[in-house]
Amino acid sequence: MTEGEATGETAQEEEFEPLILAFCCNWCSYTGADLAGTSRLQYPHNIRIIRVMCSGMVHPNLVIDALSKGADGVIMCGCHPGDCHYLEGNLKAEKRAEAIDLLLEDLGIEPERYRLEWVSASEGQKFAQVMKEMTDTIKSLGPSPYRMY
Amino acid sequence: MTDSVGAVMVVGGGIAGMQSSLDLADSGYRVYLVDKSPSIGGAMAQLDKTFPTNDCAMCIMAPKLVETGRHRNIDLITNSTIDKIDGEAGNFKVTVSKKSRYVDESKCTGCGICTQKCPVQVMDDYNKGLKVRKAIYVKYPQAVPLIFSIDRDHCIGCGNCERLCKAGAIVYSQEPETKVFDVGSIILSPGFDEFDLIQKRKEYGYGRYPNVVSSLELERMLSATGPYGGLVLRPSDGEVVRKIAFIQCVGSRDRSIGNPYCSSVCCMFAIKEAVIAQEHNPGLEATIFFMDMRAFGKEFDDYYVRAEKEHGIRFVKNNRISSIAEDPVTNNLLVTYIDKGNLVSEVFDMVALAVGMTAPKDAKDLSEKLSVELNPYDFCATDILFSPLETSRPGIFVGGAFGAPKDIPDSVSEASGAAAKASSVVASERGKLVTVKEYPPEKDISGEEPRIGVFICHCGINIGGVVDVPGVVEYAKTLPNVAYAENNLYTCSQDTQKKIREKIEENNLNRVIVASCTPRTHQPLFQNTCAEAGLNPYLFEMANIRDQCSWVHMHEPEKATQKAKDLVRMVVAKAGLLEPLTRVPIEVKPSGLVIGGGLSGITAAQELSKQGFEAFVVEREKELGGLMKRIHYEMVGAKKDVQKKLKELIKNVNSDEKIHVFTNSTVKDISGYIGNFKTTIDQNGEDKEIEHGIVIVATGGEEYKPKEYLYGKNDKVMTQLEFEGKLAKKKMDADTVVMIQCVGCRNDERPYCSRVCCTEAVKNALKVKELNPKASVYILFKDIRTYGFSEVFYEEAAKNGVKFIRYDDESKPKVSDKKGLEVRIMEPFLGEEILIKPDLLVLSAATIPHSDNADLAQMLKVPLSKHKFFLEAHMKLRPVEFATEGIFLCGLAHSPKFFEECVSQASAAVSRASTILSKKTLEAEGMVSTIDENICTGCGTCVVICPFNAIDKDENGIARVTEVLCKGCGTCAASCPEKAASIKQFTDEQLIAQVVAAVKEGS
Repeated sequence: MTEGEATGETAQEEEFEPLILAFCCNWCSYTGADLAGTSRLQYPHNIRIIRVMCSGMVHPNLVIDALSKGADGVIMCGCHPGDCHYLEGNLKAEKRAEAIDLLLEDLGIEPERYRLEWVSASEGQKFAQVMKEMTDTIKSLGPSPYRMY
Repeated sequence: MTDSVGAVMVVGGGIAGMQSSLDLADSGYRVYLVDKSPSIGGAMAQLDKTFPTNDCAMCIMAPKLVETGRHRNIDLITNSTIDKIDGEAGNFKVTVSKKSRYVDESKCTGCGICTQKCPVQVMDDYNKGLKVRKAIYVKYPQAVPLIFSIDRDHCIGCGNCERLCKAGAIVYSQEPETKVFDVGSIILSPGFDEFDLIQKRKEYGYGRYPNVVSSLELERMLSATGPYGGLVLRPSDGEVVRKIAFIQCVGSRDRSIGNPYCSSVCCMFAIKEAVIAQEHNPGLEATIFFMDMRAFGKEFDDYYVRAEKEHGIRFVKNNRISSIAEDPVTNNLLVTYIDKGNLVSEVFDMVALAVGMTAPKDAKDLSEKLSVELNPYDFCATDILFSPLETSRPGIFVGGAFGAPKDIPDSVSEASGAAAKASSVVASERGKLVTVKEYPPEKDISGEEPRIGVFICHCGINIGGVVDVPGVVEYAKTLPNVAYAENNLYTCSQDTQKKIREKIEENNLNRVIVASCTPRTHQPLFQNTCAEAGLNPYLFEMANIRDQCSWVHMHEPEKATQKAKDLVRMVVAKAGLLEPLTRVPIEVKPSGLVIGGGLSGITAAQELSKQGFEAFVVEREKELGGLMKRIHYEMVGAKKDVQKKLKELIKNVNSDEKIHVFTNSTVKDISGYIGNFKTTIDQNGEDKEIEHGIVIVATGGEEYKPKEYLYGKNDKVMTQLEFEGKLAKKKMDADTVVMIQCVGCRNDERPYCSRVCCTEAVKNALKVKELNPKASVYILFKDIRTYGFSEVFYEEAAKNGVKFIRYDDESKPKVSDKKGLEVRIMEPFLGEEILIKPDLLVLSAATIPHSDNADLAQMLKVPLSKHKFFLEAHMKLRPVEFATEGIFLCGLAHSPKFFEECVSQASAAVSRASTILSKKTLEAEGMVSTIDENICTGCGTCVVICPFNAIDKDENGIARVTEVLCKGCGTCAASCPEKAASIKQFTDEQLIAQVVAAVKEGS
């Protein structure tokens, strides 16, 4: 964890360990994350998963809150289109992603700090891969401007 | 009969067996689910995707697996086979033999440390030998029950597993067991086996040419959990496959190897694999060689058309590939086929053989032990038309592929249907053998400050070997509201449950957290422990520090420990805000409304009555029977008087005290919800009010009135059903009969297949030949889709001289009657047009949806498919119910189908309905939406967006949730502009607490 002023210039890039929140739907993506575990697929430790019942239950404000309270990145994982346990919650999450992008712009947060991904229950490999990519992306962006510690 | 037993045995735990078990267990019976393999799941567990929706098979199946595994009234009897059955319907004694697992099922926690350190590698059957597993193993990662087994054929006895298993579950000396079960009825759902490629079809080179694979091997390759992580690679050299050929009908439609029937699923299976393979290997060229494309199911033809037009899959029809040659240097494969009359050879990187389905290998053995008859191909024999689910022995029923090769939705329908049949044998014993759990009264925690207990699991060394568990415990003790924290070797073990209960008591805990594995599998166990200690089960949370921490950061113990602390902190923050939730009970009226009085409707009404429920049947015509009144004989046997049987059935329905028939009637209005519907029926202009607990939509379909081919203009032109009526008079003086298939469907206006017409045409053609052996019969077709055992009759018709001539959209038959009735058709083998002068022209007219479907759909707030049939909740796994609870569908209202399939579906709808009607009260899930009426402005966004019609507005215009309909998806919460809506257990406040705790250490 970085100490002191958390601006990209003072913190050395290689020491920066981002904090990334992953909202995972219970039915597909959380199960996919579990499968990554059962398969012992290693991915960066920076990910903190928050289980939700459906990607469609996460209010855009929650994503904005997370990013404006200091998370360096937020990733939303839902079922692939057509697989939603609640018919079309994931498609609603997809629509909200557009709204979130617009809000991030107002707050001066890079759009790459929010990502939406479809991860199925059998895609442990994809889950690990996506988490690695997300961590790399956030590392290259540096700490969130809202980071408080 | 005396002393029936309120228990049912289900043999075979694939998707069909699981469905039967769940239906029965949810309707008040004890279920013994016997599977010969160490875990349930069957063939579906091996699939990557399912057609025609490309759903991920494991995603949709896993919830059912978990539910079956933890259902209080289902006993899983795995690794076991049936020895014998004594007794009779209502009272069977079944002797079951259980093979040793060499692992104590009561002790194994499924942690998997044993398999990590097992030195023996064995070819993995689950992955079709393309991957290895260990000698101590579970079949697949999501296996239920998650209990390991030792494969003693390969175990070297090194003792590693025994040394490492902290639960002491390894028992090398375990003996096989035999046990006798008392049950009232039995369902057989042992599934199918694959056709033996190596023994019976050597010319395809399977087993000799490394790049010739079976369709199931290809499926494993496509799976993310398969051998190549989802890529399709050549087994010979590991190169990415760029050009693949699919060869259909390998081991099906082939009398020479004893399987003259069609396996029904392989055409769609191949299309699906071609489409998915192309997704996984971009640029892949896929070609499917086939005789007839049998895309006969609901929306299958759309999928076929999309595969060709959008995905560029190449379809080469009318080709039975007889052999494959291999280039021994490159291992490439040479496929020779016929193109426009010429022999053409083409090279492919890989060939996938569409392996047929056969009866299970142990079918004969099972048949002898159970005294149930088999058909000539060793599938289970049934009396097809009226009793497709009954075996030859009363009280024993069949579901799934053991009756005939079939796909998942048909298997699921049948499985539910068989459950209804099995239930009707023991309906008087409902509720007698189920376990009803009694809990102590719930403690009132209102006004109390949170006192959280945290139980942190070592999971043997799965967590403890990476994460500093005692360190996390010490950390947890410093967190706000934590009153107690400890670590456990296995938090899930029985003794720890006792300990948790004691600690709740001693420390007056009012919230409990377990930090261990995944809530998906273990939350219900711990919630139950909380309830046993008098705590509301919703005052519980889990932190996943194994699957999502120690296992994925195995080489970073410090980081993993830090993350485990963070995860515990996040959950502690949420737990402080948890509220006890109550489940609102609602009363259920034990009766059902059946809309439609055709074969589906009357079957549903009769099944409801047999289950002990009242049925109201609404029929628009003046008498019951629907389209069935126009069917005069069945193909198999062709001797039974179908109309006589139908009349008997109608008579029984009319005289059944529990069934109230309303003819000349329509449904005028329906209000209410699951358990409590109110309906106004308009009978001859008079309103009648009824109340009922469920609705079954069985409105049927119609035969299309053709606009094509001079129908209605020339009296020698008629539809198949009209022709059948004529044949029923047992006279056939026409010498030349032409039949044209796909009239009014598989076209731009109705791009779907009507499923039954090919078989209907073959049936009527055979009847013509029977009545007038000299008659010439021509069937002009696009694909002959006589799937399953109907294929045998197609073969027979061809043998009896019925001429089959293929046409396509560019070469449709031309009909005129200027010089008498004339049909011109391009004969593809001759390459020239031929002229036929028929005495009769019979049109296989489409089955079309009822015109009033749209009105009814609106009244019930249920959706229609794009072809205007009713659209079920899920095309694969919920074929007979709508997403709106308490409303079901069956028969032609769902899609075109055979009458026996209508009977299965109608029984299935009743089985699903019985899970509701068998309960006096239903409990709504506690984790539902709630709306703060002080904040709600009544904008109605949630009302519109709720996918389950669970929200409406109250008299003040404020949104109101009908809790029993709410599934807790939270779409309303995320859409409410005022944030008045929230989901209990996942409120914004609780989620924000988790977020804040994640970003701020020590908060």
